[in-house]
Amino acid sequence: MGTGAFAALVLLIVAAIGVVLLNQSILSVREFGLRFWITDVWDPVAHEFGARPFIWGTIYSSLLALLIAAPISLGIATYLSELCPPRLRQPLIFLTELLAAIPSIVYGLWGLFVLVPLVRGIENALPESLRELPIFSGPPIGLGMLSAALILAVMVTPFISSLAREVLKAVPRTQREGAYALGATQWEAIRVALAYGRTGIVGAIMLGFGRALGETMAVTMVIGNSPTVSYSLFAPQYTMAAVIANEFSEAVDELHLHALIEIGLVLFIITLAVNAASRLLIWNMTRQTISKPKAKLEPVAIGDTA
Amino acid sequence: MTRTSRRRVVSRVAVTLCAMSVVIALIPLALILFFVLSRGIQALNWDFFTHLPTPVGEAGGGMANAILGTVMLTALAGLGAVPVGIICGVYMAEYSGSRLASAARFAADTLNGVPSIVIGVFVYGIVVLQMQQFSMLAGSVALGVMMIPIVARTTEELLRLVPHTLREGALALGATRARATFSVVLPAALPGIITGVILALARIAGETAPLLFTAFNNSFWNTNPLQPTASLTVQIFTYASSPYDDWHRQAWAGALVLVSIVLICSILARTATRSLERMNTGG
Repeated sequence: MGTGAFAALVLLIVAAIGVVLLNQSILSVREFGLRFWITDVWDPVAHEFGARPFIWGTIYSSLLALLIAAPISLGIATYLSELCPPRLRQPLIFLTELLAAIPSIVYGLWGLFVLVPLVRGIENALPESLRELPIFSGPPIGLGMLSAALILAVMVTPFISSLAREVLKAVPRTQREGAYALGATQWEAIRVALAYGRTGIVGAIMLGFGRALGETMAVTMVIGNSPTVSYSLFAPQYTMAAVIANEFSEAVDELHLHALIEIGLVLFIITLAVNAASRLLIWNMTRQTISKPKAKLEPVAIGDTA
Repeated sequence: MTRTSRRRVVSRVAVTLCAMSVVIALIPLALILFFVLSRGIQALNWDFFTHLPTPVGEAGGGMANAILGTVMLTALAGLGAVPVGIICGVYMAEYSGSRLASAARFAADTLNGVPSIVIGVFVYGIVVLQMQQFSMLAGSVALGVMMIPIVARTTEELLRLVPHTLREGALALGATRARATFSVVLPAALPGIITGVILALARIAGETAPLLFTAFNNSFWNTNPLQPTASLTVQIFTYASSPYDDWHRQAWAGALVLVSIVLICSILARTATRSLERMNTGG
């Protein structure tokens, strides 16, 4: 069958993305080299392009988002796979996964007009003494790192929790039964299951990280779009995806365009690496354990159709 | 406190925290749906579906052209991506042990994780630069590239659920392998695949980033695939970033339309999968 050609096409697309992006950013790669990634000045008029603030903003916002989303997602996965009453399970799974179905632009709209004013209120209510701390410095305008991290956290939660749920499903029942037999409490038995699935859970969190790194619209609308490197949660910052979204269609100068595409190229490489690593972890985890129960189900299927 | 009772308390607390995290995650969902519904409904009227956008300051107007744009972009993307995705999924399920299938599966998963903005830049390079202009076609290619891995993986997973006996029966009757796959196994999985395709269409209809510099935008009607086209999502972005209250209200109305589409598709898909599962388990 010629279907293999179509399978090869998917491989080809991934490879082509890398080649086309490199090809279209060659001017900037040649002109700036490594300097592109360690300097801070982004000035299209002066033909000066340094991408450090964008990398910083991308990684910082994604890590902050994970800090919030990872524990919550694991809690959700644990509750839904281990604790939930069977009647509630399907509806709750549906609702938590609905978060993943809401378009990014709607998150952005909601973030801009609802979340940002809320965050601004919190920032203004913060006592003066705390405002001296570096992580709370900067103008309390709401638009900034904190809003971006919060929105991202909401957006990646369904991804992490549904993968973590699959990982927990793949943990053999005997692990928990063994724990209970030794006198473990409910939570201790869950910890055994979580420990057994730790590789897959790390993979699930990494996949969430990959999602957060590449998220564009929602972040663009709430992060404030100011290329600065700062630890401050309140400071407006910028991300790689956001600068491409904002400047791409207005970039008339070829070097500017190539610089933006180079940012896209690196974003591509980073997300590819993060995704590949997390998929490998999850596969390793689910493959060994899931294949068994499937084989057991087969006699049922045969009886079904006979 | 004895050790045992402390362990019991810890267990209770941890279990409660897990339940609470579900509640915490559902709060933003409720808030988003509430605001989209309440603000959207205020701005939504018949004109929104039938009129072109009006210039700043002029009341009224709608997003009729953007709605048509989104429908056409999504349809065109589906037209290309659905057959490719399904055939790719068939290969991955049929030759699941082969090296190419594993590689394709891995590539599909990674392609699924590539940021949509990067897909936009890629399609800008291969379509917009070659044609020297933004176009609906370019937007559809971008959306199609995003759709292929979703359709492929869904197809593959559903084909695996089809009982082996069906295929064996077809082979026993003298069908070739291709015949057994395309006339017996694939039709058996078709309802599920259609559900998956609808979900994938709903998802790409909500994409903004890959359209920004491929389909671009347009204030007027356009049905020509070679011309720039408005879309619901890009229009919401433009309106939301503007300083005008009138436009903000239009953006909320657009968001309501988008979210309704996504919700309806998700609910339909859920009920469809449920009845399928019941059928497969013989319940």
